[in-house]
Amino acid sequence: MYNYLWLIPIMPLIGCIVNGLLGKKFIKNEKAIGAIATLAVFSSFLLSVKYFFQLLGDPVKTHQQVVFSWMSVGDLQIDWGFLFDPLTAIMLLVVTGVGSLIHLYSIGYMHGDPGYYRFFSYLNLFVFAMLMLVTGNNAMVMFVGWEGVGLCSYLLIGFYIDKKSAGDAAKKAFVVNRIGDFGFLLGVFLLFWTLGSEHGVWTLNFVDLAHHGHVLGFGGTVVTIVTLCFFLGATGKSAQIPLYTWLPDAMEGPTPVSALIHAATMVTAGVYMIGRMNVLFAMSPTTMMTVAIVGAMTAIFAASIGFAQNDIKRVLAYSTVSQLGYMFMAMGVGAFTAGIFHLMTHAFFKACLFLGSGSVIHSMHHALHHAHLDDDAQDMRNMGGLRKKMPITFITFAVSCLAISGVPGLSAFFSKDEILWWTFGSTRGMWYVWAIGAVAAGMTAFYMFRCLYMTFYGKEKTDARAKDHIHESPLVITIPLMVLGLLAVVGGYIGVPAILGGSNHIHHFLEPVFGHASEIYHIGIKEAMHHNHALEYGLMALSIAIAFLGIAVASVMYLMKPELPAKFTKMFPKFHRLVFNKWYIDELYDAIVVNPVKAFGTFCWRGFDVKVIDGVVNGVAKLVGLCSAGLRHTQTGLFHNYALAMVLGMVVMVAVFVLR
Amino acid sequence: MSDNLLSLMTFFPLVGMIVVLFLPREADRLIKSVTLVVTIITFFISLPLAFDDVFKTSAAMQYTEFARWISIGDYFQMNYNVGVDGISLWLVLLTTFIMPIAILSTWQAIDKYTKAFMALALLLETAMLGAFISLDLFLFYIFWELMLIPMYFMIGIWGGKNRIYASVKFFLFTAVGSLLMLVAIIYVYYFSVKVGVPFENGFSVAHFYNLDIPGNLQNWLFLAFAFSFAIKVPMFPVHTWLPDAHTEAPTAGSVILAAILLKMGTYGYVRFAIPLFPEATQTYTPFLATLCVIGIIYGALVAMMQEDVKKLVAYSSVSHLGFVMLGVFAMNLQGLSGGMLQMINHGISTGALFLIVGFIYERRHTRLIVEFGGIAKKMPIFATIFLIITLSSIGLPGTNGFVGEFLILVGAFESELRWFAVIATTGVIFAAVYMLWMYQRVMVGKLKNPANETLKDLNAREIVIMLPLLLFVFWIGIYPNTFFEKMNPSLENLIDQVKAKQQVAMMVEEVEQAPIKIVVND
Amino acid sequence: MISVYHYMTIAAILFAMGTYGVLTRKNAIVIFMCIELMLNSVNLTFIALSRHLNNMDGQIFVFFVMTVAAAEAAVGLALMISFFRNRESIDVEEIDLLKW
Repeated sequence: MYNYLWLIPIMPLIGCIVNGLLGKKFIKNEKAIGAIATLAVFSSFLLSVKYFFQLLGDPVKTHQQVVFSWMSVGDLQIDWGFLFDPLTAIMLLVVTGVGSLIHLYSIGYMHGDPGYYRFFSYLNLFVFAMLMLVTGNNAMVMFVGWEGVGLCSYLLIGFYIDKKSAGDAAKKAFVVNRIGDFGFLLGVFLLFWTLGSEHGVWTLNFVDLAHHGHVLGFGGTVVTIVTLCFFLGATGKSAQIPLYTWLPDAMEGPTPVSALIHAATMVTAGVYMIGRMNVLFAMSPTTMMTVAIVGAMTAIFAASIGFAQNDIKRVLAYSTVSQLGYMFMAMGVGAFTAGIFHLMTHAFFKACLFLGSGSVIHSMHHALHHAHLDDDAQDMRNMGGLRKKMPITFITFAVSCLAISGVPGLSAFFSKDEILWWTFGSTRGMWYVWAIGAVAAGMTAFYMFRCLYMTFYGKEKTDARAKDHIHESPLVITIPLMVLGLLAVVGGYIGVPAILGGSNHIHHFLEPVFGHASEIYHIGIKEAMHHNHALEYGLMALSIAIAFLGIAVASVMYLMKPELPAKFTKMFPKFHRLVFNKWYIDELYDAIVVNPVKAFGTFCWRGFDVKVIDGVVNGVAKLVGLCSAGLRHTQTGLFHNYALAMVLGMVVMVAVFVLR
Repeated sequence: MSDNLLSLMTFFPLVGMIVVLFLPREADRLIKSVTLVVTIITFFISLPLAFDDVFKTSAAMQYTEFARWISIGDYFQMNYNVGVDGISLWLVLLTTFIMPIAILSTWQAIDKYTKAFMALALLLETAMLGAFISLDLFLFYIFWELMLIPMYFMIGIWGGKNRIYASVKFFLFTAVGSLLMLVAIIYVYYFSVKVGVPFENGFSVAHFYNLDIPGNLQNWLFLAFAFSFAIKVPMFPVHTWLPDAHTEAPTAGSVILAAILLKMGTYGYVRFAIPLFPEATQTYTPFLATLCVIGIIYGALVAMMQEDVKKLVAYSSVSHLGFVMLGVFAMNLQGLSGGMLQMINHGISTGALFLIVGFIYERRHTRLIVEFGGIAKKMPIFATIFLIITLSSIGLPGTNGFVGEFLILVGAFESELRWFAVIATTGVIFAAVYMLWMYQRVMVGKLKNPANETLKDLNAREIVIMLPLLLFVFWIGIYPNTFFEKMNPSLENLIDQVKAKQQVAMMVEEVEQAPIKIVVND
Repeated sequence: MISVYHYMTIAAILFAMGTYGVLTRKNAIVIFMCIELMLNSVNLTFIALSRHLNNMDGQIFVFFVMTVAAAEAAVGLALMISFFRNRESIDVEEIDLLKW
């Protein structure tokens, strides 16, 4: 049946090992290395597709495969086990599908890099980890992937090892992720212990959790703490407030990395995790509300920073953070399907946007390099008017911009609209979350079009010497762009809501995963609104209007009257500086966390370890030394003194003996 | 053959030492080769233990040997009483496994008084193995003290600049602890004879386990043992000998020290301090667990700020061993087997880290972090191995460190040490900070220091040293059951024993308190 | 009749002389001879008492003492010769290397 499930994650691992061990000395050939890596992921993709279709026709929707036991200590039994169900199936398709395209793209993008083999080896390792994450049948195998993607993120962000900023960003990413992992681990401990000692269910297996999770009791304290801990893990991995700061810095890595890790796969792990544990989350309204609010806050906050960034990749990074906030909003109001749906459409259009920006950067870089300039190849102020020079890149980028803005008919329109509808109408929904979401949607449209206009429209601001060297990227780069662009357009049609005459396939497909919890914990659209088509149409129209408003404002400011932004900046210089510097959040964290910890570490070492502990130790030694310095004067070295002492001693002893 | 397997294994290095002493002093290579062969043979002698399935089912001591040794009149008896069970099994194997690696690492590092070094190393191996297999407390004490001397000379003669200070500090710290333990050992013996245990049993631990030592006395005896072992572990705040000893010791010395000698302390808790004095253990668990947690965080914070790579690794040991002790004090199967596994893990990972530091020290004769940076380009194989070991030390899932830490924390969480576990879990974050920060500053970035331009990547010998360690990093990370299945019966037995005694003590206490209540009510 | 008391008195006098010599003389050879004197006074006591008590143990001890004294003489003289070679003197006042 699904006997080769374990092969899906293992294939990329094999690719990683082959390239990692043999790439430098034996394979050498760039094409061969790229082909091995791409095929490794592509074969996983093919297998995923096969199993996906098998699952469609299969009445049983959950399948597990245990390869062998991992840890077996008393009550703790953890297996290397895999799980295949509709949720995993969708994640597998997204990860391996988008992953294959990005591998293909990387063959062109990384051409000529001295670390070519290393790059593909890491990239495969990443896919391996991500696949472990989505196929693991228990929390610990998921954690293997969970930490594994963090590691690969570390390796890939720091790929350009000469750059100090890259190294710093890599470390930051790993450490911030670790803070999240700390939450994840605590959640696992508490969950395992409570289920085991109080309810006799010693398990971390997801299927068992889904069956037995209810013993924790709806709204119970334990389940709330557990899910909040898991959510802390998710904020780390999925770059939500308060742990989002690593993601924008992570743009130091090569662009395909940003596309793969920081748009399509790793950052969605948190969303996937909540989906996977939806039974637990559904049991805690407090956590759900927290998730929704944090998601909404992140969505609007990150969008606001996106307004003032000039680095093309950073704009996309903040947009990713913001879109992830959207997914969490969905998870928080119980729109699990919509969240996963948006995860998927986001993977398409965001990967396309990142790869498009990579294509631009790639050719900018070459052009600038050719002209011996060291202008920043990623700064949008150096671009402009590229649409004629790079038509394919432009079209795909523009399509994705339209998609992310929520223009009707394109993929994100359906997913985003579904989310907004649920935030408003769900039994767990809150009108202010909806309001924030709607505003964030308008802001998204604005800054994405700002980015589009600055890059592809307007005056050519590239240095004249480099200008003529900019040209369209090779096919190996543009093919993935076109495929992803196409998906960004049509990807939404698997989830067309009933109101628009669709049948929402994805909803039915995911029903076996989410339906159960939603049913018993009454998560769904409120009865009163269920058939209120007018309201649904109205909200939809409103969100479309907001999207177009955003686009319109951007068009006015960056296309028709390009002098406006500068004026605006001058009018509110302080505000602009605040936004431009990302609200000084990084500085704030440095001031309240990083520096105090460092100072405390130094104190522990130089103040406590050296002065206090060693001070006592050496002090005792010194005291003994002082005493001996006094006493040693009794040792004259003269024979007669010793002899006399002996005689006197004898006399005393005899005297004592006799006189007693 | 298998009747005397343990003795053969333990004293074979001693025979090797005698052989080495008769070799010509100038024959540097020959001495090293002979020593290497001796340690490898010792490893193979010990190998049947690893494949013996009896440990999967039996908690009892296996391969026991017994002989009368020193008897004085009819009041003192000391026996040669050795054996191995699931608790000591893997530590014995770790010892025989690490020794050839440590010897191989000296190939170029030790160039003066080679003969003396090798002789001491072999003596040390005998002492360590002896300490792990001793079932007689006095015999254990003899081996315990015997370990001290070779290590003292290793640091004092082949060490770095500050070696005299470090070696004396090491010696005095450990000696202070062991003297207290000696007093306690003698007192336990005295007590056992007094309550009627036949003196011919000598200092047999098995008999001491059954003693009913009164509470107050237990507390004092436990503290004496605990103090001695705490110094060896080392636990906060008696850890300061460790950074000095590690920094000054030659690579092989550091590897042996970190991988095996420190385990002597944790092993001492599991084998002696806790089962001998279960009630006192219960009394002092919160106190000692606090020290563990302080050690975890404190070690990590101090490690973070170090400028010397070796010192950083030394402080990280303080942190890691805090985890081990936390697992041990959790006193349940997960915690204890996690702790035992983490001992092995620490032996492998930290041993490997010291080897790695040794590699760059041999090339550059400095260990200061600022001297390096960007050397990953010059040494790609080294960089990869270093990264894997770093990750194993951080506890990345899939590597050995994770399994140990995870089980320790699960165990601690299931015991009364729940809040300690929560705080200890933050150590996971700090571990990532100090290790990765160090890795980043040493390996990546721009290659700024011209002295690093000529660095050579690892040679075949060095790769051969690291490969077995890497194998175990992944083996334990992916299939640790090989290890668990053989140590769990013994650990379960130990826990049952300790818990039973603790419960009896608690019931007695209740009974004692009950009449008072009645009197009050009347 | 010479009784055991006479022997004891002689031995005591000899021992005291030896002790006095050890404490006052500077020449190592003389000190050495004084020590021999003390040893032999003890020997005398042993033999006298052995005879007096009709027990052979004392006589046996004397043999031991004589053996030790002989060995000591050999070692001691060798030490002095080597010291004399270095310092051209065997004055114990000058032998104070063990001084603090």
